[in-house]
Amino acid sequence: MAGIDIDGITKNFGRTEVLRRVDLDIRAGEFMTLVGPSGCGKSTLLRIVAGLELQSSGSVRIADTPVDSLRPRDRDLAMVFQSYALYPHLTVGENIAVPLRMRQLKGHQRWPYLGALMPGARDIERAIAAEVGSVADMLDIGHLLARKPGQLSGGQRQRVALGRAMVRHPKAFLMDEPLSNLDAKLRVHMRAEIAQLHRRLGTTFIYVTHDQSEAMTMSDRIAVMMDGAILQVAAPDTVYNDPTDIRVAEFIGSPKINVLPAMVRADGSLAVEDSIIAVEAGAAPGEPVTLAFRPEHALLADPEQAALRGRIAHVENLGSDILVHVRVGESGQPPLVVRTAPNGHRHEIGEKTGIDLSSRLPLLFGRDGKRIGVASARQREAAHG
Amino acid sequence: MVDHVLDRPLAEAKPVPATLGRWVQLRQAMAAYALCTPAVVLMIALLVGPILAVMALSLTDYQLGAKSLAFIGLENYVEMFGERVFWISLTNTMIYVALVVPGSVLLGLGVALLIEAGDSGKTFYRAVFFLPVMATLIAMAIVWEFMLHPQFGLVNLLLKLVGMTPQNWLTDGDLALYVLATIGIWQAVGFNMVLFLAGIVSIPRFLYDAAEMDGVPSAWERFRLVTWPMLGPVTLFVVVITSIRSFQVFDTVHVLTKGGPNKATEVLLYTMYAEGFEFFRSGYAAAITVVFLAFVLLLTVVKTQLIDKKVHYQ
Ligand SMILES: Nc1ncnc2c1ncn2[C@@H]1O[C@H](COP(=O)(O)OP(=O)(O)OP(=O)(O)O)[C@@H](O)[C@H]1O
Ligand SMILES: [Mg+2]
Repeated sequence: MAGIDIDGITKNFGRTEVLRRVDLDIRAGEFMTLVGPSGCGKSTLLRIVAGLELQSSGSVRIADTPVDSLRPRDRDLAMVFQSYALYPHLTVGENIAVPLRMRQLKGHQRWPYLGALMPGARDIERAIAAEVGSVADMLDIGHLLARKPGQLSGGQRQRVALGRAMVRHPKAFLMDEPLSNLDAKLRVHMRAEIAQLHRRLGTTFIYVTHDQSEAMTMSDRIAVMMDGAILQVAAPDTVYNDPTDIRVAEFIGSPKINVLPAMVRADGSLAVEDSIIAVEAGAAPGEPVTLAFRPEHALLADPEQAALRGRIAHVENLGSDILVHVRVGESGQPPLVVRTAPNGHRHEIGEKTGIDLSSRLPLLFGRDGKRIGVASARQREAAHG
Repeated sequence: MVDHVLDRPLAEAKPVPATLGRWVQLRQAMAAYALCTPAVVLMIALLVGPILAVMALSLTDYQLGAKSLAFIGLENYVEMFGERVFWISLTNTMIYVALVVPGSVLLGLGVALLIEAGDSGKTFYRAVFFLPVMATLIAMAIVWEFMLHPQFGLVNLLLKLVGMTPQNWLTDGDLALYVLATIGIWQAVGFNMVLFLAGIVSIPRFLYDAAEMDGVPSAWERFRLVTWPMLGPVTLFVVVITSIRSFQVFDTVHVLTKGGPNKATEVLLYTMYAEGFEFFRSGYAAAITVVFLAFVLLLTVVKTQLIDKKVHYQ
């Protein structure tokens, strides 16, 4: 178990800059998720930590020791690949044993057939087999040890890949989208299993995914990456409720956060569409900003009294929740989504409705996408006495 | 009959009452046979037919151009197995195969690995090593003849330059077969290299990443853990193809040694050629051909029955 410090890593492939000065401190025993859209450089960063790829500049430290000049073998990490990367010619048991055999047996003890006759080889092989057996039992694949990977289902292969990573008790686990080849149901199941595994092993995990729900459900902390840079590193709750950048706010959360262009007025309140939202924005008057709110932080209300008005464009009934899509104003913007509890009221398409935002302060972002402070108007009144 | 089957398209075949079921099944079976017929006829005429003809011929005393022939049973075979030249020829062929197969397979693999490991000039090296495959062997054999000439051949000149004794490469009975085998290897390496290159390129990169994470200590261990097993199917194919092609060695023998000196380079196909087209003993030559075919068939059977199961990991 060890912390991993990523310090000013950049990476260029030819002329394209894939990572730009990435800094990330991962604590010992932490489950850190790198999340971001496809192509943002998550895999590249992970491969640099693993030593499979060489950074253009910057350095990686594992347990406070720089590892930049070490081969992957000597960094004492284990990796689970998206494609599982099992050796197709070896049985499940042999696959899991590879990391141990490569490290514990001497070259001549690994010779085919003859190796087992070498002095000491038999004892080591026996210890390895015992280790493989216990890992396999832990992952519930004990009965599959004699099969070839080609004879396994996707989920079973995934477990074998996990077993091969676990068997050596490495300093940290690196996982690159390990669940993306599984079907939706199995993915949710394995999600829980990996999180449980992390709790049981207590080892540092770096987990790469482009699926924000995986990131939200499994991690201690999330690092949101975009275009080769980390935008925010925080606990899932914080990233969700307190995003520092509009791109983070839009990437995390499903359904997506609602955004509306707004204008700061002289008294700090916001002009949105044809109405005024009484808050105090921390931005200069006249500045265009983006107002954002989560679907569950708004309420459907009487159009006459609510901040925003529009017509219902679409209704999604999820059983536990109903997502009401409301088209506000005449603009070509996507409709706003409001999450409501099913209360027997039928929402008709085309029905006029209002959206009430007063239950919670909306999020504000400046023109550069960075978060802007906002206070409630009442506080202001209080402050002004 | 074919028309009758075809005038009722398949889409019309609806579920039928049980009593009609047998009739429909029969019609479908007949249609299937009818559709197979052209392929089967062609296969028999072009592939199986000639082989059967050779087998039949080997049981006669037919001479090329003769007006009549007589069935003589296994007499050709009896004569063949009693003849010293046949056994020399068979032994030489075996030695040739035993040298050329491992030589060209290992060299082909080595060259492919080196080319793939390098960063630049891949296309150039590939083309250079492939040259002997593209050039006609007869033409290249003549080049070799020049190079190996006892007096003014390049090889002997070079040997003299470094102070070693020149050799009579093609006329020395102890050397000639090995010289031919060397030329055989030289010719086959390029072909094998191309097959291995294709195999190496198709090995998924992530297996090498996995091996690296699993801690392979050396390039050799990486080769043993990933490259070699993943090349299993290609290697098997290369070995079988090279074996069959070396069994067929003929052009170099014909151009360079004519089986000599003193039968030292007599090989199966050359013996067959000499018997059939120089002495016109077609029946006897057919018997040799049958022996040759038996070996090729044996190789193919070994490939499909024994080894295929071990190199495809399903
Ligand atoms: N070997 C390479 N040569 C050139 N460009 C590369 C190479 N590897 C990756 N890239 C580029 O680097 C960028 C980041 O790639 P990376 O694989 O890290 O993305 P990712 O965030 O893992 O995406 P995904 O979610 O699709 O896996 C991409 O634009 C990709 O095209
Ligand atoms: Mg990736």
